[in-house]
Amino acid sequence: MSDQTAFKVIGTRPVRHDGVDKVTGRALYGADVRMNGQIYGAMLRSPHAHARILSIDTSFAEALPGVKSVVTGADLPAMADKIADTGEGAVNLRHLSSNILAGSTALYWGHAIAAVAATTQTIADQAAALIRVEYEVLPPILDLAAAMAPDAAALHADVVTNELGEKGKAPSNVAEHFRHEKGDVAAGFAAAEVVIEREYKTGTVHQGYIEPHSATVQWNADGQLIVYCSTQGSFGVRSEISEILGLPISHIKVIPTEIGGGFGGKLNVYLEPVAALLSRKAGGRAVKITMSRIDVLAATGPTSASIIKVKYGATRDGRLTAAQVWMAYEAGAFPGSPVGAGSGVILAPYDIPNVVIDGYDVLCNKPKSNAYRAPGGTNAAYAAESALDELARALNMGPIEIRLKNAAKEGTRRADGPVFPRIGFVETLEAVMRHPHYTSALERSSGPLRRGRGIASGFWFNFGGTSSASATVNPDGTVSLTEGSTDIGGSRTSIAMQFAESLGIPVDQVKPQVVDTDSVGYNDATGGSRTTFATGWVVYEIGQKIRTELIARAAKMLETEPGQVSFENGVFSNGAMKNIPYAQVTADLDKTGGPIVVSHSMRTRGEGTAFATHIVDVEVDIETGKVDILRYTATQDVGHAIHPSYVEGQIQGGVAQGIGWALNEEYIYDKNGKLLNAGFLDYRMPTTLDLPMIDAVLVEVPNPKHPYGVRGVGEVPIVPPAGAIANAIFDATGVRMMELPMSPARNLAALEAAAIAAAV
Amino acid sequence: MAIVFIPPLLRERAGGLRQIELEGATVGALIDSFEARFPGVRARLVEGSRMMPGLGVVVDGEVQPDGLRAAVTQASEVHFVHAVRGGCPP
Repeated sequence: MSDQTAFKVIGTRPVRHDGVDKVTGRALYGADVRMNGQIYGAMLRSPHAHARILSIDTSFAEALPGVKSVVTGADLPAMADKIADTGEGAVNLRHLSSNILAGSTALYWGHAIAAVAATTQTIADQAAALIRVEYEVLPPILDLAAAMAPDAAALHADVVTNELGEKGKAPSNVAEHFRHEKGDVAAGFAAAEVVIEREYKTGTVHQGYIEPHSATVQWNADGQLIVYCSTQGSFGVRSEISEILGLPISHIKVIPTEIGGGFGGKLNVYLEPVAALLSRKAGGRAVKITMSRIDVLAATGPTSASIIKVKYGATRDGRLTAAQVWMAYEAGAFPGSPVGAGSGVILAPYDIPNVVIDGYDVLCNKPKSNAYRAPGGTNAAYAAESALDELARALNMGPIEIRLKNAAKEGTRRADGPVFPRIGFVETLEAVMRHPHYTSALERSSGPLRRGRGIASGFWFNFGGTSSASATVNPDGTVSLTEGSTDIGGSRTSIAMQFAESLGIPVDQVKPQVVDTDSVGYNDATGGSRTTFATGWVVYEIGQKIRTELIARAAKMLETEPGQVSFENGVFSNGAMKNIPYAQVTADLDKTGGPIVVSHSMRTRGEGTAFATHIVDVEVDIETGKVDILRYTATQDVGHAIHPSYVEGQIQGGVAQGIGWALNEEYIYDKNGKLLNAGFLDYRMPTTLDLPMIDAVLVEVPNPKHPYGVRGVGEVPIVPPAGAIANAIFDATGVRMMELPMSPARNLAALEAAAIAAAV
Repeated sequence: MAIVFIPPLLRERAGGLRQIELEGATVGALIDSFEARFPGVRARLVEGSRMMPGLGVVVDGEVQPDGLRAAVTQASEVHFVHAVRGGCPP
C-alpha cells in the first residue's frame, strides 16, 4: 500500500465528472434512448399468483393495426437445466428464461406471459390487452410456513432439496439446506449461564430504485444485436442474452445508459431478450420496453421475506459461549435467495467459539428474489442484534460493552470457516463511544411520545472481481479513461482520482467514460461494493505504466536516461540541471515514440471486509405506533476514503434504505397472491421529511491489500439500521418488535398486546 | 500438507472428520486426494470440471475464482463455502 501521507488527490472532494450532465438533465437514462425506426413494447402479465397456462391466443393482438410483433414463452429457445456463470454467480438458465416469459405455469402475480411491439406505446398496450390466455388457477403458496409444510404442494416438479450436492428424493419447495458449524454448540450452551432464544420475521422488500428498467434492442439484419439498457453490469447482460437466446457473445453489443439506481436489482435481465425477440419478428426494427412502477415492484427481484431464529448463550460476565441460528429466506418463484449471504453476516461481528447455522432457500409464489445491497444482511442483523440487545440487558451490560467483549478481530474464525484478516470492527465501536451522540444523554419525554436509543452492528463481505480499463494520453495532457463499470454512486470520479494520484496529474485532467461491451475488456458488474476497489486498482496500475512511459519520453527530450528523471508537481526533472513540463512531454508524444495507450485487466483479490456500528434515537408515539427518527449516527470502517463525500453519501443512502426497511416497507399480498401495494403511494419509502441528517463517521482502517487502502463501502451501511431501530423502540417502550417492518399498525398491536399482558 | 476444512453436511461421508490434511498442488488435486480417502465426496463438491454451482472455495482467506485450478501450498487452509450471488463473493 502507498504512503498515505503523500496523497494529493485521494481524500479530496472534487466535483464529479458526470455532475453537469446530471444536474442539467442531459444525462441519458434507459428510457431516454431513441433509435431510428424505433417501436414500442408492452408486456402482458399474469393476473394470478399461480396458474397453469392452458392456451395463449395472440390473433386479436396481431390483427390490431400498428402491431409489428408478438412473442410468448414459446418463442424462447428451449432451455436445458443448465447451470451457467453469467458473471453474477451460478444461474439456472431454464429458470432465468422462464422468469422472463412464463413457460407452462405462471408462478407469481405479474409474471410475464407475452409481449407485443407496435408503432406506438398506446397500440402496444391495447394489443397486450387483446391477448387471450386461458388459465387453470392453482392455489398460491405465499409464505415460508406454508411452503415448508410437509404436505405443501411443490412449485416445481424438478426442484428437490440440495444439501451440499446430496439431492432429495421428492420435489420440495426447500431448494437448498446448508449448515455452518464451529466448535461444539451443545457444550457451549452447557457452559452458558444466560440463554436467550427468539424468533423474528421480515417482509418482502424492494430496492426502490427511482429509474424503472428500460431496454431498447435492435436485431440487425446481419445478426448483430444492439442493446441499450439501464444495468449494473453490461457484460452480465451480454452473457445472459447470449445464453437465453443462443447467440454468440460476439453478436451482442450492450451499451449501458446512465443508471438511476440499482442496489442489486439491475444485475439480471428481464426485458432485453424479450425486446430482442420482438425486434427480430418485427423485421429488425428497434424495440423499446420500459417498465411501469407496477411492473418494477411486481415482476423484478425484491429481496426475501424471512424467518430467523437466534439462540445465544453467555456467561454472567458477558462472554458469548454459543450461538445457534435457523434461517429460512423466500427465494420467490425460482431458487436463489440471499440466505447464504445472510448466514455469513448474521454472527460475523462476534468471536463465538461454538456456533451452528442452518439456512434454507425456499420457493413460493412471489417474484424471484434478487440482490439488494448487502443481500440478506439486513434481515440477519435485525435478528441477531435484537437478540444480542436482549442478552445484554439480561446481563446488565451496555450495548457497546457486550460487543467489545465479544468483538471479532484479525484472526477470528468466521462461522463458515475462514479467518478474518485485518478488520476494523472494534474501531467502529470505539468511534461510537467517542461520538457526542453516544456521550450525550437522550432527553426522555413523557406522555404518549416515548424516546429511546438503540445500537447495532453489521458486517458485509465485499467483493473484488474482475475489472478492465484503458487510458489514452491526449496531446493536451488530459487522459481519456474508458471503463466498463457502471457508475452508480460516483465511481467515475473515485476511479479517476486513483488514476490521477497514480500518474501524478490533477483529477480534472482525467476524462472518464463508461463504454459498451465492445470497447473495453471484461468487467464484473457494479455490485458487491467492488468498483472503487477493483477498477480503482486497475487504473492505479495503468497510471504507473503511463508514468513510467512518460518518464522515458521525458528522458529522451532531456537527453538522459529514464533512471535520472523524476516527475513531481507536473514537471519532469533531470536533477537540478534541466526541467520539462508535463504538458510539453504530452504535446510532443508523436516526436518521442507515438501515442501512449495503456490497457489493463485484473482479477482482484484482497477486497477486505466491512464493519459498521450505528446508534439511533427514536421517538415512538404510543397512541399511533408511529416512529420518528430523531438522530442517527453511523460509524463504519471504510478503509481509505478516496472521495470522502461519496463515502458519506453511500453511508447515508444505505441508512435511509435501512430505515425504510425497518419502519415501513413491505410487500402486501391478498390471499390470492395479488400484490396490493404496487406503487410508491402504498409501498411507503422514506422521504427527506422522514429522515434526520445522518451523521456518517468514517473510520479509516486502510485495507493493506489495496495500493490505496480501499475497502468497499456501499453495502454494509444497510445492515445495522433495522436492528438498531428495533433496539431503540424497545428502549423507548419496553416492547420488543419481533417482525419487520415496525410499522405504526404493527407497533400499536404490539404495544396493546404488551399492555394487556401487563394488566393480566 | 494443506488443511482442508470439511463442510458439516459432508462430515458423515468423511468419517465424521472436521478437517483433514491432504496432498495436492491445486484445489482439484486436494479433492482428488480427499476422494481417494473417502469415496463419494468428490461428487458432492464438484460438477464436471468445476466446483458445484453455489459452492465457493476459499484458500488462505481469499476467495478463489479459479476454483479447482486454484493453487495451494503445503501450509494452505482450504474452505468450501456457500457462494454469495449478486456480484458478491462467498
